[in-house]
Amino acid sequence: MAEKRPTKVLLAKAGLDGHNRGIQLVGKALRDAGMEVVYGGLRITPEEVVEMSIQEDVDVVGISIFSGGLMTIIPKIFRALQENESTRSIPMVVGGILPPHEAEELQSMGISGVFGPGSDLEEIVGFIRQLVDSQGRG
Amino acid sequence: MFKDEQLSSIAKVREEWELTVLRPIMERWPERKEEFLTQSGHPVKRVYTPEDIADKDYVRDISFPGWYPFTRGVFPTGYRASLWTRRLITGLATPEETNKRLKYLIEQGQTGLNIIFDNPTTNCLDSDNPLCEGEVGRDGVPCDTLRDVEVIMDGIDMRQVSTSIIHSGPFILSMYLALAEKRGVPFGELRGTLQNDVLSQYYTVNMSVLGLRDGFRLSADVVEYCRKHVPRWNPISFVGYQIREAGSTAAQEIAFAIGSAVAYSEELVGRGMDVDDFATRLSFMFNCHNDFFEEICKLRAARRLWARIMKERFGARNPLSWLLRFHVQTAGSSLTAQQPINNIIRTTIQAMAAVLGGTNSLHTNSMDECYALPSEYAARTALRTQQIIAYESGVANTVDPLAGSYFVERLTDDIEEEAREILRKIDEMGGMVAALEAGWVQREIVRSANEYHRKMRDGEITVVGVNAFTEEGDEEVPLEILRIDPAHEAHQVKMLREVRERRDEQALRRALDKVKEDASAHRNIVPSCIEAAKAYASIEEISGAMKEALGAGKESKDAFIC
Repeated sequence: MAEKRPTKVLLAKAGLDGHNRGIQLVGKALRDAGMEVVYGGLRITPEEVVEMSIQEDVDVVGISIFSGGLMTIIPKIFRALQENESTRSIPMVVGGILPPHEAEELQSMGISGVFGPGSDLEEIVGFIRQLVDSQGRG
Repeated sequence: MFKDEQLSSIAKVREEWELTVLRPIMERWPERKEEFLTQSGHPVKRVYTPEDIADKDYVRDISFPGWYPFTRGVFPTGYRASLWTRRLITGLATPEETNKRLKYLIEQGQTGLNIIFDNPTTNCLDSDNPLCEGEVGRDGVPCDTLRDVEVIMDGIDMRQVSTSIIHSGPFILSMYLALAEKRGVPFGELRGTLQNDVLSQYYTVNMSVLGLRDGFRLSADVVEYCRKHVPRWNPISFVGYQIREAGSTAAQEIAFAIGSAVAYSEELVGRGMDVDDFATRLSFMFNCHNDFFEEICKLRAARRLWARIMKERFGARNPLSWLLRFHVQTAGSSLTAQQPINNIIRTTIQAMAAVLGGTNSLHTNSMDECYALPSEYAARTALRTQQIIAYESGVANTVDPLAGSYFVERLTDDIEEEAREILRKIDEMGGMVAALEAGWVQREIVRSANEYHRKMRDGEITVVGVNAFTEEGDEEVPLEILRIDPAHEAHQVKMLREVRERRDEQALRRALDKVKEDASAHRNIVPSCIEAAKAYASIEEISGAMKEALGAGKESKDAFIC
C-alpha cells in the first residue's frame, strides 16, 4: 500500500482587510499537526481559490476573513468551488469574526465548518482531520 | 534614592524576614506557581523593596509631571485641569448613519471624534469598485469624495471639535481640509489627529496603498504640510496599538512604534526641517491589554524613552518636543466571544491602566466587538465606563499615583531597557524601513504571538470563559448584535455616482493631472490633493493618479512566518 500523503490545506485571506494573526496561527497549528499548508496570501479572489486548489491538489480549502463583508465574499468563493467540476468535492472551512446567526447561514449553504471568534485551535485541527478522513481524501 | 546605610539596614531586615517569616510560610503554603510572569513574559518578584530601585535617581528618572523626562505625565496637573479626551471609534454603514452616531455620542458626553473607515476607503478604493462588493460600510464609514466628509461632519462645528481620522496619507485629510475651506474655517483653528503611520500599517494589517517607501515619503509630506499650515493638528500618530493586536509584547509595542517615529523624524530632519518644528506635534497611540501593572509601566516607560530620544538623539531644545502624547485603545484582541458581558470588566481594567498610565485620550471597546461593530447600547456602556473612572473612582484626583511604588518603578525601568535594546537592533539594521524590508519586525511579532497562544493553550495564561470558568451555553450570545442593512451599500454607490455626474470634468481633470505631476516631481503632495478634493475627485482617483506617477503600489509581503 502506498504511503498516505499528508493532508494538504489551502489557506488564504479573502476581502480587503489584512489582519493575519488568526490565519498565521491556524497555519502553524495545521503544520504542527503534520499537515501541508499552501498559503494563498491576502485578498484572494474566488478564481484564484479555484485555480490554486486545482494546481496544488488540496484536500481542504480554508478561508480566513476579518471583514464585515464576509456574507458576500464567502458565498462567492463557495459558489466558484461548486461550479467547477474539479473542485466541487473539496470541502471549505471558514474562520473569522462573525455572529452565530451568520455562521449558521454559511453552514446551511454547504460550508463544512465555520469557526467564529473564540474558536479553539485544536478543535480546528481536529475538525479538518476528521473532515478529510470522512471524505476519504488524503 | 536611598542612602547606603538605609539600604544595608533594609537588606539586613530582609534577610531576617526571609529566614524567620517567609521560609516557614512557604514550606507550609507553597506559592501557586514556580514563576510569576507578566503577560509579556517579564518575571515578577514576590516583593519589591527600595533595593530594587536603588540605582534610581528621583530627579533624573522620575521627576515631576510636566517635567523632563516626563515619566509622571506630560501635564503638570495631570487630570486635575481637564480629563482625558473621551473618544470612541465611530464609523458605520454610510456617512449619514455615521453622522447620526457621532451626534449621539457627543450628546452623551463624548469630547472628541474618532472616525474609522471601511475597508474600501482604508485601501483607497471607491465604493463601486467590484473588489469592494459586500465591504462598503461594514467595518467603518465609506468615504469616497468630499461629499461624504460633508455629510459625516454635517452639523458638527469643526472649530469646536477635535477629530481623529484613522486613515493614512493625504487622502481623507485633504477632504477634511477642503471642507474647512468651504466652511470658511481657518486651518489654524482645526484640531485633531491623522493616523498616517504607513510603516505600522505595512506590517500589522499588511496594507500598503502606494508601496512602503513611496507611502512613507507621502505620509511625511502630510506631516511637513501640516506643520506649516495646520499648526494645531497632529499630522501623525505612531500606532503601537496594532502592533500589540498582532501579538507583540508590551516592550515590542512601544519599541516598534518609537522605531517608526524615529524613522519619520529622520526623514523630516533630512528634508531640512528643524526637529523642534515638527516634534511638538507627533503623537502616539497605544494598546492597553490585560496585565494591569505592565500596561501602566509600559506607558510610563514610553514617555521617558521618547523624551530621552528626542533630547539626546535628536537634540530637540523645545520642551514640548520631548513630550510623548498618546491615545489609548483598550485591547480588541482581549475581548472574548465566550461570556461577552465579561468584556465590560476587561475593558474597565484596561481603561483604568490607561488612565493610571497618564493617557491623553481614550477609546474603550464595546462588549460586542468580538462579533461585529458595536450597537448603540454597547457603545454607550463603553463610554460610561470611562465616565465612571473619571467621575466616580477618584483615580484622576492626583497625578501619577503609582509613582514611587518599588514594583512600578522597577518594571517601568525594565520595559524601557528592553525597548531600548530593540531600538538598538533596529538601528543596527539600518532603521525601521530596512528592518521591515528584511522582515525582522514581522518575525519578532509572530514569535511573540505564537508564544502567547502556546501559553494560553497550556494554561499558563488564564482567560476567563475561554480556558477556565467555562459554562454550558457559553456559545449563546446574550446581546443584540448590530446588523448593517445591505441597502446601505447600494445607497453609497448611488451617492458616489451622483457626485461623479455633477462635477466639473475639466476642473477635475486638471486637479488630478496636478496630483500626478506633483507626485512625479516629488513635490509636497498635499496642496494638489486638497485641490483634487475640492473638485470632488474620489479617493481612488486621487490615489490612482499617484500610483500612475509612482508605479502601482506594491502589496505588503505576506508570507507564512511560523
